[in-house]
Amino acid sequence: MQTQPQSTIIGTLSPLSIFFFMVFVAITLGITYWAARRTKNAAQFYAAGGGITGFQNGLALAGDYMSAASFLGIAGLVSTKGYDGLIYSVGWLVGWPIVMFLISEPLRNLGKYTFSDVVAFRLKQKPIKAAAAIGSLVTVLFYLTAQMVGAGTLIKLMFNLPYESALFIVGALMIAYVLFGGMLATTWVQIIKAVLLLGGATLLVILAMSQVGFSYPRLFSEASARYTPAFLEPGGLITKPLDAFSLGLALMFGTAGLPHILMRFYTVPDAREARKSVFYATGFIGYFYILTVTIGFGAAVLVGRDFITKIDAGGNMAALALAEHIGGGVFLGFLAAVAFATILAVVAGLTLAGASALSHDLYVGVFRHGTANEKDEMKVAKAATVALGVIAVLLGLLFKGQNVAFMVGLAFAVASSANFPALLMSITWKRFTTVGAVASIYTGLILAVGLIFFSPTVYEDVLQAAHVKVLTAATAKAAKLDKYAKDPAKAMADLKVKADGLTAALAAQGLDAKTLEAKTKDLATTRADLALLQNNGLAAAQAAAKADKVKADGELKKAPFPMKNPGVFSMGGAFLVGILLSLFKREKDAEEKFEAEKVRTYVGIGAEGASSH
Amino acid sequence: MPPKSAHELLEDPEFQKLARQKNTITLILTVVELVLYFGFIALVAYNKAFLSSKTSEGSSITIGIPIAVGVIILSWILTGIYIFWANDKYDAMVKRVKDRMGR
Repeated sequence: MQTQPQSTIIGTLSPLSIFFFMVFVAITLGITYWAARRTKNAAQFYAAGGGITGFQNGLALAGDYMSAASFLGIAGLVSTKGYDGLIYSVGWLVGWPIVMFLISEPLRNLGKYTFSDVVAFRLKQKPIKAAAAIGSLVTVLFYLTAQMVGAGTLIKLMFNLPYESALFIVGALMIAYVLFGGMLATTWVQIIKAVLLLGGATLLVILAMSQVGFSYPRLFSEASARYTPAFLEPGGLITKPLDAFSLGLALMFGTAGLPHILMRFYTVPDAREARKSVFYATGFIGYFYILTVTIGFGAAVLVGRDFITKIDAGGNMAALALAEHIGGGVFLGFLAAVAFATILAVVAGLTLAGASALSHDLYVGVFRHGTANEKDEMKVAKAATVALGVIAVLLGLLFKGQNVAFMVGLAFAVASSANFPALLMSITWKRFTTVGAVASIYTGLILAVGLIFFSPTVYEDVLQAAHVKVLTAATAKAAKLDKYAKDPAKAMADLKVKADGLTAALAAQGLDAKTLEAKTKDLATTRADLALLQNNGLAAAQAAAKADKVKADGELKKAPFPMKNPGVFSMGGAFLVGILLSLFKREKDAEEKFEAEKVRTYVGIGAEGASSH
Repeated sequence: MPPKSAHELLEDPEFQKLARQKNTITLILTVVELVLYFGFIALVAYNKAFLSSKTSEGSSITIGIPIAVGVIILSWILTGIYIFWANDKYDAMVKRVKDRMGR
């Protein structure tokens, strides 16, 4: 095995990264130019004319789903938390079989460009399209905000490019793809990105595994030896079973309610290709998560957790640090460029889905009562694309430096609660009514957003971030002092050793400013603790720390909703309201049309062949 | 007599068989997937000791690792089972119904 790394070029603007990224941009803009000449009407703009094959769409679906946040984030989580990161990654795959079994074929057979076409198939167009468009837009905007803030932050970490510049580059390029090339260009950008990401991750895994003799047992035994066997055991990820179940629901059924994913099923010619595309997508995404988890364990063993968290406390640079360590600057440059391309492709897909909700659902379906000429619809779709691109950049600027990780969870909560129940009931339940559908969508939306707002995730961690920080520090201090009190003599000896070590480290030359500051601070704390123990001040300090903790705890306004994930209630509520209101008053017209819907659901007679437009 | 309208088709035994088979298969597979994932989550929540036990004497690999990876692989296999059935049996049934209707 090689030695552990001492330094990194992550965070510098490397010419190699720029070169690889420029190549990607040149190729994708070339494709956009090619696609622009094939994107003249609405069917081409929204659905690439229905001419994408199942295999291509499978790659594109995978491209839409595998975000830079999941690649870098899950590898980071595994490298720092071990097995808990693996548990987390499993949840991101399990929604795909649900998409296939319950949604993909009926969606393809019943709709035209968006999932709201399906919900509105036999119900009243206007209220349904308005509600579904709002559900789509809220999902897309939360997802987009998380992606944009993540994009700015990651690009700054990778290249040290200013946050704002990164956002403008991402915004300008994604607008170009979608505006000129529509779904065709977006699909090919996704395909290229998916191939690059899967290829890059595969290469990284091969290189990492070659360091441990291509032996998983050896990889795990080294991880276990270095970080104790607990690294390979479930830790603190799931402490509240109901909360975990709730998160599981959102992940599973949220995937089946994501507008940018659902929209992809209209790019294939028929239900058969639609189902094939989910099979390929599930395979690619599952493979990707297995690679990512391997990369995480590889980084923990070959690069080391301390080094990874030194670059970024959240561990997000684990995959890139591993790439640099075993593949050098060239491989790092390539992978960083791929991560950038990944961000770009995901936001392009989201923007297209949002623009479709605005133009196809809201403008045509609601304001023009379902009849607009194609030219006008295209104009609105293109204006909506530019508007959403600008909004995405503005959201990125607005939420700069904020903790937006919860927004991905929120997007999945809204997708599973507002979009999925109405979609499923409209396909399968004859008695489902317009009133039931509209109420179900708004109930799911309001419960998902409202409950997350009043949950600890937002109400405490975001809105009272400063307070939570004080409380965390006070709790840690009290715990530390309690530990000293258990065996003061040993604590004193340990602290002396630590102080000497730090003094020696500080005396060494060539420390960077960040390390210098951290070690100086650490030394000051260690010396203060030592003085405390030597002067018999421990008992008084313990009492003071406890009082601080109680005070901070008292000042923190507790979240009214105690769970982190509202899925059980928001999704359950959406189904319940939809069922009760549908049963309360029948809609004869909708029941009669269910016959035609059922025939189309199962055999596809009358399904929109987008390619025939 | 071949079915003409949507109404007649719904009464058609062959269509009914096709719809019933599809509902059964998708329902079973959906339930299997739910049990697979939430069973795994239940293990994490209620039986950490089992997931933390070693796969074999002297190995450092915990049982939790192959189980988690197994959930990912089995999920994909379930989608494979479905398209194997649908591409073969279901599409043939759909084609027969469509042919009889002259569509």
